[in-house]
Amino acid sequence: MKPANSEQLVEIKDLCFYRGERAIFDHINMSIPRGKITAIMGPSGTGKTTLLRLIGGQIIPEQGEVWVDGEHIGELSHKGLYQLRKRMGILFQSGALLTDLNVFDNVAFPLREHSDLPDALIKTLVHMKLQSVGLRGAVKLMPSELSGGMARRVALARAIALDPMILLYDEPFTGQDPISFGVLARLIRSLNDALQLTSVIVSHDVQETCEIADYLYIIANGKVVGQGTPEELYQSDSPWVQQFLKAKPDGPVPFHYPAPDYAEDLI
Amino acid sequence: MFGFFQRQGQAVFATFARLGRASFFLWHSLIGIFSLIKRPLLLIQQLHYVGVRSLSIILVSGLFVGMVLGLQGYTILVNFGVTESLGVMVSLTLVRELGPVLTAILFAGRAGSALAAEIGLMKSTEQLSAMEMMAVNPLHRIIAPRLLAGIISVPLLTLIFNAVGFLGGHVVVVSLLGVDVGSYWGTADSVDFYNDVMNGIIKSMVFGFVVTWIAVFEGYDTAPTAEGVSRATTRTVVNGALATLGLDFILTALMFS
Repeated sequence: MKPANSEQLVEIKDLCFYRGERAIFDHINMSIPRGKITAIMGPSGTGKTTLLRLIGGQIIPEQGEVWVDGEHIGELSHKGLYQLRKRMGILFQSGALLTDLNVFDNVAFPLREHSDLPDALIKTLVHMKLQSVGLRGAVKLMPSELSGGMARRVALARAIALDPMILLYDEPFTGQDPISFGVLARLIRSLNDALQLTSVIVSHDVQETCEIADYLYIIANGKVVGQGTPEELYQSDSPWVQQFLKAKPDGPVPFHYPAPDYAEDLI
Repeated sequence: MFGFFQRQGQAVFATFARLGRASFFLWHSLIGIFSLIKRPLLLIQQLHYVGVRSLSIILVSGLFVGMVLGLQGYTILVNFGVTESLGVMVSLTLVRELGPVLTAILFAGRAGSALAAEIGLMKSTEQLSAMEMMAVNPLHRIIAPRLLAGIISVPLLTLIFNAVGFLGGHVVVVSLLGVDVGSYWGTADSVDFYNDVMNGIIKSMVFGFVVTWIAVFEGYDTAPTAEGVSRATTRTVVNGALATLGLDFILTALMFS
């Protein structure tokens, strides 16, 4: 452990991670500033979710270091990692609500697991968290009765139940209708500011993410190919950044998956 | 030729790796059982799901198995004029062998498959990952209560299977075939409590432990896809039944030979 950096909450140093022979991350460096919303973007399959799992300590990199609030994730004991995770919240792409518990019990779950608070206080806290995501009225519903957007908001209420220092969002906008899109984007921004959180959003929804993010990283082919504020990146002359932000079908990320010669295949 | 040996080597290596994962998984789950002392409700809930909800299939199966035993026994023993021994035949067959074995196999089919599917689906919908990220160990919170519930439930279900089976034998042997009720129930007294009943219970405890371990491990270790969950449930039933039959032979050899 080292003294926590007052500027950066998460620091990724010279990170390498492989799946088989394929390098998902090849010596990447990143810093996630405290109190800001940082978005990590990139084409599908570039390892954005893997990066969240590396920050959360669910997987350990082959090489390099991940530091969260002064703690080296790879060197933490099981107990130390769980202590750190109590200060982290994550919103999974599917919501990952516990399907045998209703909305109330889902949000109360981390409180009951990690505190000895009386039921009356847990009830108050759960109602406050659900009120902040606009779903206090859905307190008795089961996860199967929620729409996709509602499930993510409940999961968000659960993620903030323990008042974490950092919230990790895995593709929060995928599969959402325009209203849910707007609701979620506004919630992420307002929760970050009101609770003085640090937020990391992994996404490939360019427009919505750029609207709320303070800082962006674009990763492709295992490298950080662009970083900066949304305005800086829109003016970047990097072909990678331009292809991604302007949704060009072909470019450094090729339209065609590597294949033998087309003519030879046909004849 | 080299490719063939390479594939065989990889398969052997994968099997040992899986056994290692299963042992590691079991060790941490067993440690998790101690945390249930503070939270008995989790165990009671699982006892209801895996034990009480398996009662109907155990009752019906036990009844029919006892009836068939009585009928088959009668058709053989009547030729030798020793139908009064039917009571001891039915009770010994149930207590020593059929009760523990069939209960474990039925449990693997009814509760084991449900456990594997439930845990597999929790994995594929990221519920287990979410728990880990909430600093809650799924081996303690999800696996341990299910494992202990299986270990407790199977011996109890076996006792119920045996009792209902003996009553099923009574229905056929006494009520339908007219064998004297006194000889049916009287000869059953010759079942030795320590040698027969206790050994049957020990067998059922071993079977319950192994079948539930297989079920929860298959669910936990499954690939997080629809196909993976389907494979996990199939493997639970097949491996659970095979493990039960294999262990039954070993235990019988140790206890009764």
